[in-house]
Amino acid sequence: MKSCDSQQTDLQAVPTPAPIPPPHAASRGPRGARRKWEVFPGKNRFYCGGRIMAAQQSGVLPLTLGLILVTTGLFFIFDCPFLVKHLSSCVPAVGAVLFVFVFITLLQTSFSDPGILPRATPEEAADVERQIDSSGDSSYGPPPRTREVVINQQVVKLKYCFTCKMFRPPRTSHCSLCDNCVERFDHHCPWVGNCVGKRNYRFFYTFIVSLSFLTSFIFSCVSTHLAMRAQDGRGLVSALQESPGSAVELVICFFSVWSILGLSGFHTYLVASNLTTNEDIKGSWSGKSGDVASNPFSHRNVFVNCGSVLCTPLPPSLIDRRGFLPEEEEPAQTCCTDVQLPASANNTQRKVCSQGRKGLLESAAPSPLQSTSCPQGEPQTVPPGPRRPSPADSEPTRQASNGCRAQHSAGSQGNASSARHSHHKSRMKKHKEAALSISNPTSHGPVAPTCPDSVPTSRGTSSTQA
Amino acid sequence: MATEFHNLQEMQHCASLVTKVFIQRDYSEGTVCRFQTKFPSELNIRIERTLLEETVKTLNSYYMEAEKIGGQSYMEGCLACATAYIVFLCMETRYEKVLKKISGYIQEQNEKIYAPRGLLLTDPVERGMRVLEVSIFEDQGSAGSSPSSTLSSDSSAR
Repeated sequence: MKSCDSQQTDLQAVPTPAPIPPPHAASRGPRGARRKWEVFPGKNRFYCGGRIMAAQQSGVLPLTLGLILVTTGLFFIFDCPFLVKHLSSCVPAVGAVLFVFVFITLLQTSFSDPGILPRATPEEAADVERQIDSSGDSSYGPPPRTREVVINQQVVKLKYCFTCKMFRPPRTSHCSLCDNCVERFDHHCPWVGNCVGKRNYRFFYTFIVSLSFLTSFIFSCVSTHLAMRAQDGRGLVSALQESPGSAVELVICFFSVWSILGLSGFHTYLVASNLTTNEDIKGSWSGKSGDVASNPFSHRNVFVNCGSVLCTPLPPSLIDRRGFLPEEEEPAQTCCTDVQLPASANNTQRKVCSQGRKGLLESAAPSPLQSTSCPQGEPQTVPPGPRRPSPADSEPTRQASNGCRAQHSAGSQGNASSARHSHHKSRMKKHKEAALSISNPTSHGPVAPTCPDSVPTSRGTSSTQA
Repeated sequence: MATEFHNLQEMQHCASLVTKVFIQRDYSEGTVCRFQTKFPSELNIRIERTLLEETVKTLNSYYMEAEKIGGQSYMEGCLACATAYIVFLCMETRYEKVLKKISGYIQEQNEKIYAPRGLLLTDPVERGMRVLEVSIFEDQGSAGSSPSSTLSSDSSAR
């Protein structure tokens, strides 16, 4: 970075260690330092001091929550008393357990960091650019902005992300709704209002499986309830009149149970073959000449695949929302600023020192961290969950989206994706309006049923480029 | 080997950063966290190849331990699922425990091996696990050398 070099020259031109009082460090001590979430470059809002993340628009998550709460509430009010008396008292118990599962996993899916990769520091970006420039001299080999790596005897292309200024790791994709690269990107789900990626896929999977159990359970209980009432000789209509809530539940459950069961089945298939929705839709691992699909990440064993997707130790959040920014953020800082810190050899001091030095160089070039202003949103709109002591926590993050329409319009997938997009759009509309003509989800193959998944732009050359 | 830097603090008080070298991830075994053991040429005059390779290999083994799938991880996964993953809010995960060990290891390596040579390793977790950053420092003037010291003058001073 040129400004960085000139900064270095200035530093070295100064006759030695007279500490130059920094113009800005005094205004912000270690305790008053800003936290990293305040300068987060992605399209997220933060509440409760960075513990909770949200997207700029709330999207469909309130609808999801509302439907679940309303249906379950009506179930407990209208159906449980009757069924406890006439059937069994464990009906509300089972319903309560399922509801708790669904609710907690939904919140965890929505409010967890999906596996966002922090953007490259200016030095890293410069280093990568240098490598690209030096490798671009030869006319052979892959194009400069791609790298090829061999994984399990298969060539996998790593693409360069222009927004995050790094080569994306395998299976990572850039979500243009959230403007972040997400590891093991599955899809951006507007229903949960967040991307589904490496860190929250297990929450998402548990959510849809428990939701299918809950929906089926409520549906069968309501049907049993109405059948038992109707059997008393008064007919179905009078049964519905006596228990109007059951009618509402019946309608909601009838139209959602198929889609949700289909979605669960689809994701069970993905888990068993260690695929992501993104890869499945794009056909990343199917051979070009019609070969059998060979996923280099699959362990060739259903149980090992399931274990590796759902049972690996939960990776930490890499974006460190609650961490403090290095003190020196402005370019006019010198390394001798560190001298101002009390000269006691302890870890914190060293860490701040080294971070200060890094911060010096990071801020010397126009940093993307400083140029974007992250809209902070209203605080305390959502009650904070129990807090983990470590910064690398899985605090709720909520990123809603505007639906897949904008997403797809920004995508660069061509006609195939626009066809899929309109298909997604129509599915979302049908689901929302509880239309009658929901097609059989299992017939869709690679298309994710029901969940109006937004296929993200995997190329950096999307509209997110500055 | 005579060195100007005896500890990290001395280095940071007296030294200026020359450049940073990045050791990239090695994806040849999939998405598991591994770093390349290829030795960067900029560090040729600074540190012996074997020392850096040893550090990277140890880090790789730590990451492998953190991400290992085995009987224990299956059990933890099932237990977590049974509790709707609430345990993740209450307990430190295995990964985080290993990360703490890694951070302690890097600190120790910095103090013992890298700081005396004017180098500083940055914990990869602070760089999003993308790179292992090695910062190269120059002695700025405690030994009376000229401020615009180059690498060659520094090595000759040693």
